[in-house]
Amino acid sequence: MQRGWFARRSPAERVAMDEMNDAWVKCNGCQQILFARDFERNLKVCPRCGHHHRLSARERIDLLADADTFVERDAEVVSADPLGFPEYADKLSRGRANSGLPEAIVSGVCNLSGIPIVLAVADFAFMGGSMGSAVGEKVARAMEYALEQRLPVVICSTSGGARMQEGLLSLMQMAKTCAAAARLHEAGVPYISVLTDPTMAGVLASYASVGDVVIAEPGALVGFAGQRVAQQAQVVKPPPNFQTAEFQLEHGMVDIVVPRKELKHTLHRILRFFTGG
Amino acid sequence: MRTVLDFEKPIAELDANIEALKRLTAEQGIDKSEQIAALEQDRERLLREIFRNLTPWDRTLLARHPQRPYTLDYIRAIFDDFIELHGDRQFGDDGAIVGGMAWLNDKPVMVIGQQKGRDLKERQRRNFGMAKPEGYRKALRLMYLAEKFGRPVVTFIDTPAADPGVESESRGISEAIARNLREMMLLRVPIVSVVIGEGGSGGALGIAVADRVLMQEYAIYSVIPPEGCAAILWRDAKRAPEAAEALRLTAHDAQRLGVVDEVVEEPLGGAHRDPLAAAQRVKEALLRHLAPLQKLSVSKLRESRYERYRNLGVWRVAVE
Ligand SMILES: [Zn+2]
Repeated sequence: MQRGWFARRSPAERVAMDEMNDAWVKCNGCQQILFARDFERNLKVCPRCGHHHRLSARERIDLLADADTFVERDAEVVSADPLGFPEYADKLSRGRANSGLPEAIVSGVCNLSGIPIVLAVADFAFMGGSMGSAVGEKVARAMEYALEQRLPVVICSTSGGARMQEGLLSLMQMAKTCAAAARLHEAGVPYISVLTDPTMAGVLASYASVGDVVIAEPGALVGFAGQRVAQQAQVVKPPPNFQTAEFQLEHGMVDIVVPRKELKHTLHRILRFFTGG
Repeated sequence: MRTVLDFEKPIAELDANIEALKRLTAEQGIDKSEQIAALEQDRERLLREIFRNLTPWDRTLLARHPQRPYTLDYIRAIFDDFIELHGDRQFGDDGAIVGGMAWLNDKPVMVIGQQKGRDLKERQRRNFGMAKPEGYRKALRLMYLAEKFGRPVVTFIDTPAADPGVESESRGISEAIARNLREMMLLRVPIVSVVIGEGGSGGALGIAVADRVLMQEYAIYSVIPPEGCAAILWRDAKRAPEAAEALRLTAHDAQRLGVVDEVVEEPLGGAHRDPLAAAQRVKEALLRHLAPLQKLSVSKLRESRYERYRNLGVWRVAVE
């Protein structure tokens, strides 16, 4: 959401504008000015063009979990700086400030329309939702808990990929999370992966792609290589919808593209197929 | 054409001098053996000196050295009766990943590896060692074949990255890698991986989930190429040497982080100066690691593979 669309004004005007900014937002899709209230009520989906704006982890948990049922787990698992990597400590504190979260993913248990599940939701505001050791650990623990309790797992991803600042250790989280997913797979515990804007690289190429069902939100950026790398490597010209949810659907990599207002209901229907009857 | 890295230049000069003296001896029967011996001693001293002080960036260049032995070179040197098998049975045959049946002394094993090209034509055919989805799917097909007949799997890792292009995206490069990560975790036969050159992020890992991961002394293993890392960090790809330092991508770093079980020494000056000696050391390490793995029960094998990856990572416990 782009707020502050009248940056160069006098202080008095700016106060007035700030109040207005609380009332108005600009759509990232069609650039139209929208009533903030309508926008929020519409789950941050533009009522005019349907653009799905990013949700914070908390907002998405509110969207999916039945009221007052979410109980967070493993909140104490947070990033260290194992390589002493340049600027990482600063980026971590900024990530915490930007997201209001201790780490880039929130996990726990809740009910979804009455069905108990393990739910993990990433937050792009925390270092682009990137996966370091702590994120990998939380995903693995969430899956292991689901295996132990035989609860279905829903993971909503939003991530630029593996977190560069932890080097090889981040890369290894791809294997670690897929190891946990492998155990769910063998045990027949359902795992639904929800790809939200953006789900890229090391996260898409690991746990996010091995769900029993893979759902994506409309318009979400979903792909392997960053757009710049992909463009450079092009022999074939990329189609206009390259690396979107719709592109992945068209190419058989995603089961369903589900608008946000139907996400909870769709998840419920899928969970019932696996657990009900 | 031979490539000589900047820090190899003094050595290359000595190589040339020694070569010239040897030619003189051979062609004109002039005995230069004393001079040759002296120069060879100088060369050895110089090699030791230079290779004691390699930076992570020097090692990156060595890992990418155009004369470095590639997967098929190691396969030829290490195994007997290699039968290459082609294709993923779904789309095509990817030249960037080779695989097939081979004998390691008296033991049948399935060998798979990323393959770079030696000349321009082969580089294109091998796509610079950057595999597409069909490469990862071929690798998985061969692993299933190995599993069916109880044969262990050996993989050689040498790729800058998985192919990032439109074709790869269209055929599900992420899915292909992710599936391999999951299925390799469940495979019922031992897997040993050897990083022999560039261990380029997810593209490398896609065939490198193993019970033992070995790494040659001058190979690298990284989540991102140093150039890409520098471009993100400092908006300047030329600062790659600094990024190489920060990323901890050397073999000894990988071992310290628990990612690699053994660093396999290379001949003085790097594997390309003596490919057969380099291969011999890899062979010894493979035999040493495969033997105990083959004695484990399937459940013990898979349990310890799970634990191996489950325990990777360093995080902290927040105190409120
Ligand atoms: Zn709009």
